[in-house]
Amino acid sequence: MAVEFLLNGKTMSFDGDPDTPLLWVIRDHAGLTGTKYGCGIAQCGACTVHLDGKNRRSCVTPIDTVAGKSVTTIEGVSGPIAEAVKKAWVAIDVPQCGFCQSGQVMSAIGLLEQKPRPTDADIDAGMAGNICRCATYVRIRQAIKDAANAKVPA
Amino acid sequence: MTAIETDRRKFLAGSGLVLGLMLPMRGARALAPDPSFAPNAFVRVLPDNTISVVIKHVDFGQGPATGLATIVADEMDADWAQMRIEFAPANDPLYKNLAFGTMGTGGSTAMANSWMQMRNAGAAARAMLVAAAAKSWGVPAGEIKVAKGVVSHGAKKARFGELAATAATMPVPEKPMLKTPEQWTLIGTDVPKIDSLIKSTGAAQFTMDVKRPGMVVSVIQHPPAFGGKVKSVDDKAALAVPGVVAVKAIPQGVVVYGKDTYAAMKGRNALKVEWDLGQAETRSSEAMLRDYLTQASNPGTQCEAQGDVAKALAGAAKTIEATYVFPFLAHAPMETLDAVIEPKAGGADFWCGSQFQVGDTSAVAGVLGVPFAGMTLHEQYAGGSFGRRATPDMGHAVESAQAVKALGGTTPVKHMWTRENDITGGRYRPLMVHKVRGGVDAKGAIVALETITTGQSFMIGTPFFDAKEPFDDAMVEGLTKSAYGLPHYRVGVNVMKNGVPTLWWRSVGNTHTAYVMETFLDRLIELGKQDPIQARLALMKEERAKTVLKRAAELAGGLSAKSGRARGLAFHKSFGSYVAQIAEVSAGADGVPRVHKIWAAIDCGVAINPNVMRAQVEGGIGYGLGHALYAEITLGEGGVVQQSNFDTYRSLRIGEMPDVEVAIVKSTADPTGIGEPGLPPAAPAVANAWRRLTGKVVDRLPFAHPSNLAALGAKA
Repeated sequence: MAVEFLLNGKTMSFDGDPDTPLLWVIRDHAGLTGTKYGCGIAQCGACTVHLDGKNRRSCVTPIDTVAGKSVTTIEGVSGPIAEAVKKAWVAIDVPQCGFCQSGQVMSAIGLLEQKPRPTDADIDAGMAGNICRCATYVRIRQAIKDAANAKVPA
Repeated sequence: MTAIETDRRKFLAGSGLVLGLMLPMRGARALAPDPSFAPNAFVRVLPDNTISVVIKHVDFGQGPATGLATIVADEMDADWAQMRIEFAPANDPLYKNLAFGTMGTGGSTAMANSWMQMRNAGAAARAMLVAAAAKSWGVPAGEIKVAKGVVSHGAKKARFGELAATAATMPVPEKPMLKTPEQWTLIGTDVPKIDSLIKSTGAAQFTMDVKRPGMVVSVIQHPPAFGGKVKSVDDKAALAVPGVVAVKAIPQGVVVYGKDTYAAMKGRNALKVEWDLGQAETRSSEAMLRDYLTQASNPGTQCEAQGDVAKALAGAAKTIEATYVFPFLAHAPMETLDAVIEPKAGGADFWCGSQFQVGDTSAVAGVLGVPFAGMTLHEQYAGGSFGRRATPDMGHAVESAQAVKALGGTTPVKHMWTRENDITGGRYRPLMVHKVRGGVDAKGAIVALETITTGQSFMIGTPFFDAKEPFDDAMVEGLTKSAYGLPHYRVGVNVMKNGVPTLWWRSVGNTHTAYVMETFLDRLIELGKQDPIQARLALMKEERAKTVLKRAAELAGGLSAKSGRARGLAFHKSFGSYVAQIAEVSAGADGVPRVHKIWAAIDCGVAINPNVMRAQVEGGIGYGLGHALYAEITLGEGGVVQQSNFDTYRSLRIGEMPDVEVAIVKSTADPTGIGEPGLPPAAPAVANAWRRLTGKVVDRLPFAHPSNLAALGAKA
C-alpha cells in the first residue's frame, strides 16, 4: 500500500519497498538530492530533514513511519530562521567540501527553532550528531550565533 | 557549459573569447614525454559579460576554484560578481598539474603550480580586451583604463562582454604585463568563496546526485581480508529482493545492482559469498606491529646524516629514547567514493569528483575497451578527499568500470561505496613505527638526534616513485630537510612488506614525522631545562621559520596557562609552508585532552585569500586533532578490519573542536600550499601541552588508545 506524506508542502506518494528509509525515497524517488547519505546509521547527520518541524535522521526513518506527516528538506525549508541561517552560512563561508552542509544547516535551523538564543553548550549538544570531516566546526558555531543574533536582536 | 575547443587560439564564433596561451612547462616531472610548450585555455569572456575560469583542479573544499578564479579576475581587473567557474575536461596537454605532469590535485600544489599560469592567462585576456577597445575607439592602448570589468577611455566605456568578439581577433601577447603586488585588488583579500551559496542550500551537485535515464545503482561487497578473491556466490536471496536487477562477481568483489540505492544495499545484505583467502593479508594489526618492532632498531637505509650521532650520544650528559606507534587511519571523506558511467557508441560519459582526471578517465576507457578520445569526463564537486580520491592504480575508476562492464557495458551505472566499504576499504595512512634517541650536553643544549622510521611505502613500485631514488621520502619527509639544524643528526628508514593497501593521507609523511620531531624535541628541551620557544629558535636555520614561531608565541601571549590548563608548542614546515601552533589543554572527562584553543601562525607565501587560508588551518587542525585523539583502524584475527562506520571509527565532533586563531605572516614569496600544512603541528602541540599538564608521554596514537588511558589511570 502506498505511503502518503507531505514533502516540502506537496503530497508525495511512495509505493515501493516499505523497508526503504525516508532518505532514499527523498533522493531516488522524489529526486531531491540536497539531503545526503553519509553513514546510513544515524551517526553523521548528513541526511537531516525536518519531520513535522523537528530534526530527523532520514537514513534510519522507515518510510511507513512518516505516513500523514510533513517532511521538509533543505530545498524546501523556509521562514525567518531558515533564511537567517542560510545567510549566516554564506556570509562567513562555512562550507569547505560542502557535502555535510545541508544536514548542518537543517540541524542548525531545527536547533534555533527550539532555542532561539543557544549557549555554547546548547550548540554542542544540538549539533553533536552532525559530523563535518572538513572540521568547519568553528564557523558552524559562529554562523549559528550570527543567525541567532540576526533573528533575535539583543 | 560546453567543453572548450582548445586546439585553436582564435576566436570561435558564438562562444565569445577563448584565450589560449603558450606557456613553458616549469618543474614538471612528466609521466609521458611532453612537448616543451603546450597551449592552455583558462579564460572565457562570454557575450553576457560573465567570465568563466576553467578550473584544472578538483575542488573538495580547499577552495582552488575560488583561488584560481581570483588570480585571473585580479589580473583582468574584472568584477568579482561577473566571475564563474567550470571544471576542466580530462586533457593533460592543456590542464596538467605542472608539478605532476598529469592532471591531478594534491601535495598542496593547486595554487603553487597554477600561480604564474593563471596570472598570465588573466593578464593576456586583459591586454587583448584593451587592444580591442583601442582599435574600436581609435585611441592608444596606453591611455585605456580597466577597473571592475569596465574598460574606459575618457567618456568611452565598455564592459568586457561587449569587447569579447573584437578582443578575440587581437594577437595573443606572448609575455603579457603582469600586475605588481601593489596593483592587486582581489589577491590578498577575503574574496567570498564562489561555491558557498550552492553548498549552503543543497544546490551543489556531487557525483552521488547524478541521475541518468535508465541508470541503475550498484554497491559492492569486498572480501573480508585484503587480497581475498570471490570463490562462489549464492545470489538467490539477493535477487529475490524487490528492485534488485542483477548480481555479478568482478575482480574486486561481488556487485549488486538495484533500480534504486536501497534495493542494491538490501540485496547486498542478502548475499552469501564464499571467499578464497589464500593470497590474503590475514595478520592482525597487532601482529604487524610486532613484526615492525623487531625491525625498528635496525639502522635502516640512511636518508640524511650529519656529524656522528653515536659518538655524540656517548658523550652526552643525558639521553632519552622513545618508540612511537602510529596506527592505520582511514580518510573517510563525507561523500563515499562513487562514479557514474554511461556508455555510448565508441566511448562513455563519466561523472566523478576525480582527483586524477586523466588517470581515472583513461582507466575507465581501458576497462570498457574504448578509446580515451571517446570519453567525456564531467568533473563534479567532490565531498572531501584528504588524499583518498587519488590512488596510483585509479582503483575506484577501475572498479566502477568493471561494474559497468559486468552488467553488459550498455546500461548507465552509478557505482557507490557505502560507509562500511569506505572504512574497511583500505588505502589507509600506513601503520608507522619510529625509534628515536637523543641527548643534551651539560649546558642543556641538544647535541644529537636519531630517528629510525619503520613502515610501509605506498610509493615504491608506483609511477609516482622514481626507482633511482635511494629511499621513499614520503615515509620520512619533515625529518629530512628539517627546518632545524642539529650538529649530530641521522634519519634512517626500514621498509616493511604489508598486504594492507595504504596511501597518502592529508599531509602524508608529516602526519607522523612532525609528531615525532616536535614531541621528542620538546622532551629534550625539557631534559636540558631550556625554554621551548628560545631553544627552538636557536636550532632553526631559516628566518621564515623563526618568524612564524615568534608570531605564534606573540599571538598566544606565551606558553603559560591558567591553573588546570597547560600549553604546548609545535612547529613544522611542510609543502614549502611554515606553521607554528600553540595549544591550550585541560584534562577531559574521557581521559584524553580537552583542547580549548589553538593559536597558529602561518607563512605560505603570498596570501591569495586569507579567509580561505584561515579556514584551511581550522580544518587541518580539526582533521589532525580528531584522528590523533580518537581514531585508529585495527585489523583483528584473519586480517578483518574491526571498524566499519562512524560508530567505531570515531570522528571529531563540534564540542571537541577548539577555538582557532590564525595569524598570517606577510610574505612576498610565491604561494605554497595551505590545504595540508595546518595539520602536522596540531597533534604534537597538544601532546606537549598534555605532557606538561599530566606528566604523561603519549608515544602511541591515538590519545584514546587503551595504553594511554591505562597510564593515566595508574597515575591517578
